[in-house]
Amino acid sequence: MQNAERKPRFKWHILVFLAPAVLVYTAIMIIPIFDTLRMSFFADVDNNQVFVGWQNFKMLFGDERWADHFWNALKNNSWFFMIHMLVQNPVGIMLAAILSSPKLRFAAAYRTVVIVPAILSFVIVGFAWKLILSPLWGIAPWLLDSVGLKSLFAPWLGKEEYALTTLSLISVWQFIGIPMLLIYAALLSIPEEVLEAGECDGLTGFSAFWKIKLPLILPSIGIISILTFVGNFNAFDLIYAAQGALAGPNYSTDILGTFMYRTFFGNQLQLGDVNMGATIASAMFGIILVGVCLYLFAIQRRLRRYQF
Amino acid sequence: MNKARRNIWHSVAAHGILLTYTLLALFPVFVILINSFKTRKAIFRHPLQLPGPDTFSTIGYDTVLKQGDFIQYFENSLIVTVVSLFFVLLFGAMAAFALAEYRFKGNTLLGLFLALGIMIPIRIGTVAILKMMVASGLVNTLTALILVYTAQGLPLAVFILTEFMKQVSEDLKNAGRIDGLSEYAIFFRLVLPLVRPAMATVAVFNMIPIWNDLWFPLILAPSEATKTLTLGSQVFIGQFVTNWNAVLAALSMAIIPVLVLYVIFSRQLIRGITSGAVK
Repeated sequence: MQNAERKPRFKWHILVFLAPAVLVYTAIMIIPIFDTLRMSFFADVDNNQVFVGWQNFKMLFGDERWADHFWNALKNNSWFFMIHMLVQNPVGIMLAAILSSPKLRFAAAYRTVVIVPAILSFVIVGFAWKLILSPLWGIAPWLLDSVGLKSLFAPWLGKEEYALTTLSLISVWQFIGIPMLLIYAALLSIPEEVLEAGECDGLTGFSAFWKIKLPLILPSIGIISILTFVGNFNAFDLIYAAQGALAGPNYSTDILGTFMYRTFFGNQLQLGDVNMGATIASAMFGIILVGVCLYLFAIQRRLRRYQF
Repeated sequence: MNKARRNIWHSVAAHGILLTYTLLALFPVFVILINSFKTRKAIFRHPLQLPGPDTFSTIGYDTVLKQGDFIQYFENSLIVTVVSLFFVLLFGAMAAFALAEYRFKGNTLLGLFLALGIMIPIRIGTVAILKMMVASGLVNTLTALILVYTAQGLPLAVFILTEFMKQVSEDLKNAGRIDGLSEYAIFFRLVLPLVRPAMATVAVFNMIPIWNDLWFPLILAPSEATKTLTLGSQVFIGQFVTNWNAVLAALSMAIIPVLVLYVIFSRQLIRGITSGAVK
């Protein structure tokens, strides 16, 4: 094509097709992200932005005013992520395995129901669970009582030691349908012949799942893990809706998103600090970038993709 | 015989687990909806009973409609979601067509550049986005939200649509060219109608996060006139914490439009997730 036309005329239509998307994306997403990274190297001195090198990061990681909050938020965020990996993804895979069993009736109905929580906003989910778990209303104690476990009830969202785990489980409740449907799709795409071949070798039921299906859906498990990772380290809404910007009780549910919001905008206890807000955003960017690179170069490459 | 019995046991167990999960998924929604139509006394006495003749009350809805401007919030959410989706689909499809159809220098690189945004969340740039919106006077306008959501939706839209555009038959496009159609006409009249199912998938994927977002409305457009339904219900509930009727009614009013949308689009959404569009 290019050889035939020695001097190709400039193809305006390509530019017209590409320009709107590239412009909006670059101007509203890429430039602000880099500008935020840039701002994390500046500080406000008498209303002037002054370059301070790595000082903001040193403060964030080492200065007592910031470091305690930062490491607390990072620790909480990691726990938030762990709960998702340990509960959301395994349970999602289990439900998907059950749902994909051949000749299961009402499969379409179950499929429709599992993502109902995922379409609700964090505000709805946060408040709905807050009401249900509230000792004032008494639905949760009543339900526990009906199975004889009333003594287990505690105001979970109000206790420092339970609040974060409770919120993580609420988030798991909300999003479990997504990994489940992704795995479900992967399981359905395994061809019948592969399973039949396994059956001839005596692999059925549970062992067929472990030895044939699970290895084949590993790439999908990799994808849901990285999606969970990015989503969790960028989370904010649920904690804010349920516990407010202070991520109570006593910062026990503070994660990086709420910490950044509080720092950037300020609250009853402190003034907003644009540069420190940008610094926390940059730290989040670093964490997400490391996670994504680890996935792309270490995990995804090792997983063999099977083409049928 | 033995095998048949085991199969029955298996399917009972499968349905048992799935039904338990279904109950768990729907229970909170159900509890909120039924209690929003009850008197305050009944909410606390019998939280799990359906509203009956003597417990039925719409006092919560009356409070909500009097105090909060929910119609306005709803309108704002609708405008932001629909306009953002329009631009995501139009710009996304145009860029995807260019990437799939033409060979030009930097094609792959541009594709990768646009795909970056799939993994890096736009929220990282919030500090600078707010600065930019303040500088351009767009704070507290719906335009700011529309711009942000368009940028947020484009990466995945371009990525998915490029895959689909590559499958459109080459012969069809060349036939169009021989008939003298311009490249624009080929895109709008031949290719777009063919990728309509993929466009629907992209639309549904983007619709839910935009409608439900709390972060950007809170930061870019928190004024009374530009509040979205999600932010509006958050603020309203925060102010009326102790008025259970009003809180439950506000929650229900936020749930119902989403459920209606879901009933309309659920097949599209599930097909989108399970068709491997996000692989």
